Amino acid sequence: MKTQIVALAASGIALSLALAGCSSSGNGGSSSGSDATVAIGSLYEPTNLSNVDGGGQGVNEAFQDNVYEGLFRLGDDGKVTALLATSTDTSSDGLTYTFTLRKGVEFHSGAKLTSADVKSSIERVTAEDSQSSRKSSLAVVQSIETPDDDTVVVHLSQRSISFVYNLSYVWIVPADETKLKTEEDGTGPYTLGTWKRGSSITLKPFADYWGKKPANGGVEFDYFTSASTLSNALASGRVDVITSIQSPDALSRFTADTAKYTVSEGDSTTKELLAFNDAKGPFTDVELRQAISAAVDRKALLKAIWGDYGTVNGSMVPPTDPWYEDLTSVNAYDPAKAKQLLADSGHADGFTFTLDTPSYDPHPAVAQYLQSALEKVGVTVDINTISADEWYTKVYQQHDFEATLQEHVNDRDVVFYGNPDFYFGYDNADVQKDVADAEQATSEGQQTELLQRANEQIVEDAASAWLYLYPQIVVSDEDVTGYWKNGLNAQFPVSGITVS
Amino acid sequence: MTVYVLRRLGILVLSLAAALVVVFALLRILPGDPANALLAANATPDQVQAARREVGSDLPLAQQFVHWIGQMLHLDLGTSFTSGLPVLPDLAQRLVVTVPLTLIAFVLAVVVACVVGFVAAARADRWYGVLLSGVTQLGIAVPVFWIGILLVQVVSLQWGLLPSSGFPRDDWTYPGDALESLALPIVTVAVVMTASIARYVRSAVLDVLGADHIRTARALGASTASAFLRHGVRSAVVPVIAVLGIELASTFLGAVVVESVFALPGLGSMLITGIEQHDYPSIQGVLLVSTVAVLVIGFAADVVQRIVDPRLRTSVSGNR
Repeated sequence: MKTQIVALAASGIALSLALAGCSSSGNGGSSSGSDATVAIGSLYEPTNLSNVDGGGQGVNEAFQDNVYEGLFRLGDDGKVTALLATSTDTSSDGLTYTFTLRKGVEFHSGAKLTSADVKSSIERVTAEDSQSSRKSSLAVVQSIETPDDDTVVVHLSQRSISFVYNLSYVWIVPADETKLKTEEDGTGPYTLGTWKRGSSITLKPFADYWGKKPANGGVEFDYFTSASTLSNALASGRVDVITSIQSPDALSRFTADTAKYTVSEGDSTTKELLAFNDAKGPFTDVELRQAISAAVDRKALLKAIWGDYGTVNGSMVPPTDPWYEDLTSVNAYDPAKAKQLLADSGHADGFTFTLDTPSYDPHPAVAQYLQSALEKVGVTVDINTISADEWYTKVYQQHDFEATLQEHVNDRDVVFYGNPDFYFGYDNADVQKDVADAEQATSEGQQTELLQRANEQIVEDAASAWLYLYPQIVVSDEDVTGYWKNGLNAQFPVSGITVS
Repeated sequence: MTVYVLRRLGILVLSLAAALVVVFALLRILPGDPANALLAANATPDQVQAARREVGSDLPLAQQFVHWIGQMLHLDLGTSFTSGLPVLPDLAQRLVVTVPLTLIAFVLAVVVACVVGFVAAARADRWYGVLLSGVTQLGIAVPVFWIGILLVQVVSLQWGLLPSSGFPRDDWTYPGDALESLALPIVTVAVVMTASIARYVRSAVLDVLGADHIRTARALGASTASAFLRHGVRSAVVPVIAVLGIELASTFLGAVVVESVFALPGLGSMLITGIEQHDYPSIQGVLLVSTVAVLVIGFAADVVQRIVDPRLRTSVSGNR
């Protein structure tokens, strides 16, 4: 008997040695220099490969400016510069834009970029069955002409100062391409290598790229479903960079080891909102909304959720938007004033409301914080935990809620408050007029002035409670450089990343 | 025996048909619309309508069901609502992770469990017999994911020996890499499986060792091991086979947990993503595969049991 056990133990050891000794020939793998492959860890696997068919945040992260390019590009500083368009002429009434295309640009399939491709690419977004989140922003496009192969003329139904900015999200794809959900054909510095569902996407440098060659030999996006697996992957060397850290717990091990890791905090556009239903239910009452806003110590909340990271913002406008101003003092934390406002609105004895809380981080923790903070002023919060999908149906589509928590990712999205049919239900004629006028402004100065005025009103009315701005944290091995820090709209251009 | 196998096959097919109906119905009871997965956060009613048309959720349920069954009869599992990719190749790609993981862990567990269970039974009066028995008890009590997390912390992060997560992009092209990625998940699954199988082996062996014919063999001079091997194995193995079937099936289904701890692109992660995105074709595909797997494993266990144990073949009730 004894010999059997020994034999078993021996074979077990042999097996584990054999496994440990296997060479890692194909996996992950960063050597160094310009041939090195960079492995990037992310939580956002694309749902599919198209940004007009519900590909989600993940496809923007992996493809925007890497595989696909627009006529314009949104830089890490929030500024828009020309990319596939080399010159832009705007008519004096602001209704006609004439773009000249860059010469010598080829799609990955080898076809030459022409004005017909640009026309059809814009029309894919504005088409009736388009599922693009940009559809309504580009609804001003009335018609598109292509007088020759290198010229595109776009006619707008009304002035739209954000038009060029909005074009930075329109990927230019070949006019005859139909399988964009599962294949790609862009003009960017990389082509799609493999997409292994549930696991990874690899990008390979495109040999005939018109611009600057990538600084690396290709990249691999590795996808994870939990923040802890993701940070383990960086700690164990499987990936070189992780695109965003979603919990402060995961962060401490990297900040503690500065010799090995670089932790960079950039500007973020992701806002955590306590959104009231301003159109029906208790929160139609402005004083009540102001009371709730004044009852929440946003600094302490942020500290509880994120430690020393993130910022308290005070409105929907993040510092990277041109119309940012510091409004944190409006409806600031003041429990005494909160109680007074509650009394003024006829709720001196407190009241109860239901908070629809998405089940994923950080909302449940935020909800609990709000519950205990509001209890101190006599307000009871019923936390109703719902899935992302339920949120979409119940809150977003049916407006069937009293208050909810949600993260709003996009920049320049204060304009949502100009739409009374949006789920916020905020209906203020002055704000709507300012938002509409701002879009038709003739200069950015005028646009800024109008949106600032609108935002001041929105904040004064406590249309929502803007709790904080998420931190935008990228962590990498210390020898990895050249990535963007700000992650505006989830894009993560990789062609400048190197491993030294 | 042939009659039995045929009848058992008939039951298999009927169960499968029933399972199909249940799978379809259960998914439709879930709140939410699959079209939502395609939509951005500011979709217009037109966009919602277009998305519903695209995924077919605007059709009556009966029509959706008939369409699905029709597809399956052509061995077509449909196309994912969200990714636009056909489900079948995706499933196949997941199976090359989940099946080896389950089977290798199973074989490992059976081998170790037989030895451990036998020693724990045969030496139930010695300290190491008691110790082994205690350890198996502990193994059952510990949750699978905890063992996984522990192994990652120690083996990958502290010792830097094996990868903490993931599976090679090129699957089994480099078997060494694939095995390396699966090593910790396999051990994780095997530990828990071993513990529970060993408990059954131990009690089966205890029963047999107490039997008269083994005592007689021992009295004639055979060692415990040889008396058991020659005269006891068959009777001890019968109850264990039934348990093995159940263990294998539940491990296959339970791979969801291990796969998420190790970020493996297996069947489990496909199921979870599918559910999050309301991607009915993917969920149906995964459930179909796992239902077939469980039914076939159950079928195989029954047949093997019958081959091993002649008593089952002759008894009246055993022929049902």
